[in-house]
Amino acid sequence: MSTVTDLTSLTAAQMADGLAAGEFTSVELTQAHLDRIALLNPVLNAFLHVDSEGALATAADVDARRAAGEELPRLAGVPIAVKDIACTQGLPTTAGSRTLEGWIPPYDATIVTRLKEAGLPILGKTNMDEFAMGSSTEHSAYGPTRNPWDLDRIPGGSGGGSSAAVAAFLAPLAIGSDTGGSIRQPAAVTGSVGAKPTYGGVSRYGVIALASSLDQIGPCARTVTDAALLHEVIGGHDPMDSTSIDAPVPPVVEAAANRDLTGLRVGIVKELTGDGYQAGVQARFDESVELLRRAGAEIVEVSCPHFDYAMAAYYLILPSEASSNLARYDAMRYGLRVGPDGVDSPSAEQVMAASRDAGFGDEVKRRIILGTYALSSGYYDAYYGQAQKVRTLIARDFEAAFEQADVLISPTAPTTAFRIGDKLEDPMAMYLNDVATIPANLAGIPGLSLPSGVADEDGLPVGIQILAPATQDQRMYAVGAALEALLAEQWGGSGSVLDRAPDVTTGVTTGASAEDAK
Amino acid sequence: MSALSRDDVAHVAMLARIQLTDDELDRLAGQLDQIVGWVGQINEVAAQDVPPMSHPLPLTNVTRADEVRPSLTPEQALAGAPASAQQRFSVPRILDEE
Amino acid sequence: MSTYTQDVVSYDEALTRYDPVLGLEVHVELNTATKMFCGCAQSFGAEPNSQVCPVCLGLPGALPVVNARAVESAIRIGLALNCEIAQWCRFARKNYFYPDMPKNFQTSQYDEPIAFEGYLDVELDDGSVFRVEIERAHMEEDTGKSTHIGGATGRIHGAEYSLVDFNRAGIPLIEIVTKPITGAGERAPEVARAYVAALRDLLKALDVSEVRMEQGNVRCDANVSLRAKAGDDATAPEQLAVPLGTRTETKNVNSLRSVERAVRYEICRHAAVLDSGESILQETRHWHEDTGVTTSGRPKSDADDYRYFPEPDLVPVAPTRERVEELRATLPEPPAQRRKRLQADWGYSDLEMRDVVNAGALEVIEETVAAGATPAAARKWWMGDLARRANEAGSAVTELGVTPAHIAELDGLIRDGRLNDSMARQVMEGVLAGEGTPTAVADARGLELVQDDGALEAAVDKVIAANPDVADKIRDGKVQAAGALIGQVMKEMRGQADAAKARELILGKLT
Repeated sequence: MSTVTDLTSLTAAQMADGLAAGEFTSVELTQAHLDRIALLNPVLNAFLHVDSEGALATAADVDARRAAGEELPRLAGVPIAVKDIACTQGLPTTAGSRTLEGWIPPYDATIVTRLKEAGLPILGKTNMDEFAMGSSTEHSAYGPTRNPWDLDRIPGGSGGGSSAAVAAFLAPLAIGSDTGGSIRQPAAVTGSVGAKPTYGGVSRYGVIALASSLDQIGPCARTVTDAALLHEVIGGHDPMDSTSIDAPVPPVVEAAANRDLTGLRVGIVKELTGDGYQAGVQARFDESVELLRRAGAEIVEVSCPHFDYAMAAYYLILPSEASSNLARYDAMRYGLRVGPDGVDSPSAEQVMAASRDAGFGDEVKRRIILGTYALSSGYYDAYYGQAQKVRTLIARDFEAAFEQADVLISPTAPTTAFRIGDKLEDPMAMYLNDVATIPANLAGIPGLSLPSGVADEDGLPVGIQILAPATQDQRMYAVGAALEALLAEQWGGSGSVLDRAPDVTTGVTTGASAEDAK
Repeated sequence: MSALSRDDVAHVAMLARIQLTDDELDRLAGQLDQIVGWVGQINEVAAQDVPPMSHPLPLTNVTRADEVRPSLTPEQALAGAPASAQQRFSVPRILDEE
Repeated sequence: MSTYTQDVVSYDEALTRYDPVLGLEVHVELNTATKMFCGCAQSFGAEPNSQVCPVCLGLPGALPVVNARAVESAIRIGLALNCEIAQWCRFARKNYFYPDMPKNFQTSQYDEPIAFEGYLDVELDDGSVFRVEIERAHMEEDTGKSTHIGGATGRIHGAEYSLVDFNRAGIPLIEIVTKPITGAGERAPEVARAYVAALRDLLKALDVSEVRMEQGNVRCDANVSLRAKAGDDATAPEQLAVPLGTRTETKNVNSLRSVERAVRYEICRHAAVLDSGESILQETRHWHEDTGVTTSGRPKSDADDYRYFPEPDLVPVAPTRERVEELRATLPEPPAQRRKRLQADWGYSDLEMRDVVNAGALEVIEETVAAGATPAAARKWWMGDLARRANEAGSAVTELGVTPAHIAELDGLIRDGRLNDSMARQVMEGVLAGEGTPTAVADARGLELVQDDGALEAAVDKVIAANPDVADKIRDGKVQAAGALIGQVMKEMRGQADAAKARELILGKLT
């Protein structure tokens, strides 16, 4: 069996073109992905739930409509994976938590509705850190997802299921959510592309909230253009989300097609390079900067002094909002209900406390307790209140930086993928993975990560991050697509860093043995 | 910054309605103390006159018209309930604290 | 509830030593078509959990969107209470766990209320006016409703489990909070009742709420504290300078009468506690309508650490000044001012006016006068016969099937001399029985004053001839004896005669 079947190896744009040209059907395309999921998911654990029936039904419907001559949206028939944080009517939605095991939402998230309207077959729901709290997917209640580059390593988090699925060709596209880097950091450590749109650019309605003022939904893909195509499907105003921007989606697909960098000012954020960044990560970053310069971009250095406090601000604001957002998981209306040990007729209060203890994992408990503490009377001003002021200073740093540069760049994550288990008992070390991605969430600006190569020391992929001012998402796609093309030229082959990934099917020969491997 | 004691953690956990076991308290208290100390560095920033930022975008006055939309059916509403009776959510006895 | 017996001192005695201070928090359910943050209908009496959606059930992923009409109502209430309207304000989350609260936080407002710093002038029974200062009015959402199963009589105490209906969850509420009400002295309970009554009238005039207290549209929490009395004048500076005592908050006092009774009871109970040298425990108290006492609820505790923070899922509300002025232009005449104007127009006495107001007949009389009836006739009908019938039927006077237009028409028939009072009452019977308009009933029943003087004169002659003794008495100057003859004339005419005219004829012939 080949490592990647022909159909699954295509980009989403190629799949869309092939479907439009009648080269293959959506049912064939969808089945090819379902076959690969059946083969590899037992090893990768990227999907928590696979909906073969639903995906094939959508595919068949799209094929029939296409055969009938109906004009279809560009991505109609191209399958997609959805992070298990988005509610899907009739399909289990757990957010990676024990507390929601078996819960089936009675409604679709707005983005899921938009995927359905655009005719994308939904392959299933992808694994994630519980309630999106983590940078490794090890905090999933349903076991870690493995990185297709090295099964002993993490695929990033919280959206490790989506990044692994895309990088391992189980899906050409996936939905992610990014609160502090959960789309971009997994993309970086799996050699894929991920974008966090401007806050408010994509509806959050029906996406399980972690931290409301930081969460943003976005595309995961293998190319910048594919990410832009998905961005256009899910983006745009939604009256069900009060924080949704009432304006057209920025022209991201068009921008991704325009590769001209002449005269573009690219700012390197001084605080997001150098110390603390792995040598191979820094080396690939420096090479990309050089490529951009040679392509006509003007490279400037900018300083954002308050970024040094971004992590602290983030780890106060996120837990505070999360402690409130997660209060609803109380075993009264839905979710896991357990009674306390040794209590005969427990009260609602006792059942809530016992259920929340049983339903939440350690990281969720840590953050809920931290957030509860930061909001409690006597501490609010010193913690939550002060963090919100620092957030203003960080946004002002970005404003000043964007006066000097059209886009800002940095490595996406300080290191390549670490080994499963390495940081599990050290929350602080885990948190530092998001040092470069968090400032964008605090300010609400868009960010995109694309592969910049592999690190010499470990052969693992490295990502570069491009940041743009709020509502100017097209800029990061334009620069990302240009850089992607320059790198592809340098690398040769298919032009994808994934060419260099080891064959993940090695040792996985049949569906049966795959089952054994699980 | 301040140290967060094991008792503090147990207390805050109960405010958050999480009944931690002794083992969990042992494990989490130390980590939380470390994290609280670390995030406390936020107070090194002079920000007295800086306005706090609760929302990343300066939107205001987002409302909807007072028009009825379809509700869920009671069956849908109750489908996920751990227990229900008489078309209502059944919950354990509520302590008298309203 | 005998276990709850507690010491109280008499009210008069309490007032000799203490000065009461009140704080009233009134929750008003708005009469919007939909809930505060979602499009679910909010009609009263729907079957359980039939008016719920992901938002008001607090399902994972759901997000709120503010109801524009609720904001408008909040601003109009604020303006009617003479408040400032915020230029910019946010919603906040009030975090606490309770099984009838879907998200385990209530979306409310904290330190940025939509309206603040106002007042309401309240008319007391003796006609004097007491100004109640308003601290704030803010927007929030209601909780679900629990039914307690097992244990005694549906009380929460001793119940085995509870059943929750979330239809009420998310209904828009405006919470109106007074500043400490000082200077009321012994009239504190009356002020409390009069304030809630005035607020209710105002909300009704604004048409922002159904204001049915028995359905929980208006709910009152009463804060009471006592402080040492400094002299006989509750409004004297030296009295106002005395620091406030510890307060208790009596929850859910849901009728005007209960507001007055609960405040009175708490004053007496506080006085007894303070007299015994103990201190008041800051706590919530429950009011028991049946026994007229309050019982201890929950002491102030950690659970009151609500961890408020700005609601990130909702953006700030920033009404423009133009919009505020537009809304100000929609305000109705203040109820007290309107009452004064109508009383002057109608020429009612203070007592008559108070009866009309207390009977809730102001609107219907206004409409009846507008339809052409005299104010006196309108009052006579609505406050007399019809009020008695409504009372007997246990319904509202407006639900009898008689309209202001009917009354005006009937009054016109009387004034035109077509009907006399007793005939008019018969016509009313017909209208009440659904036989049609007054004119139609009069026609159908053949009710009409006989205008033919010849027939009347003949009847008078006949009666005089038949009663020579009475006739003699009248000739002797006992004019009051004419009454007996008038009665017989009316009988002779089968009621269809003008009694005044009959009297005139009788006296003309005999004196």
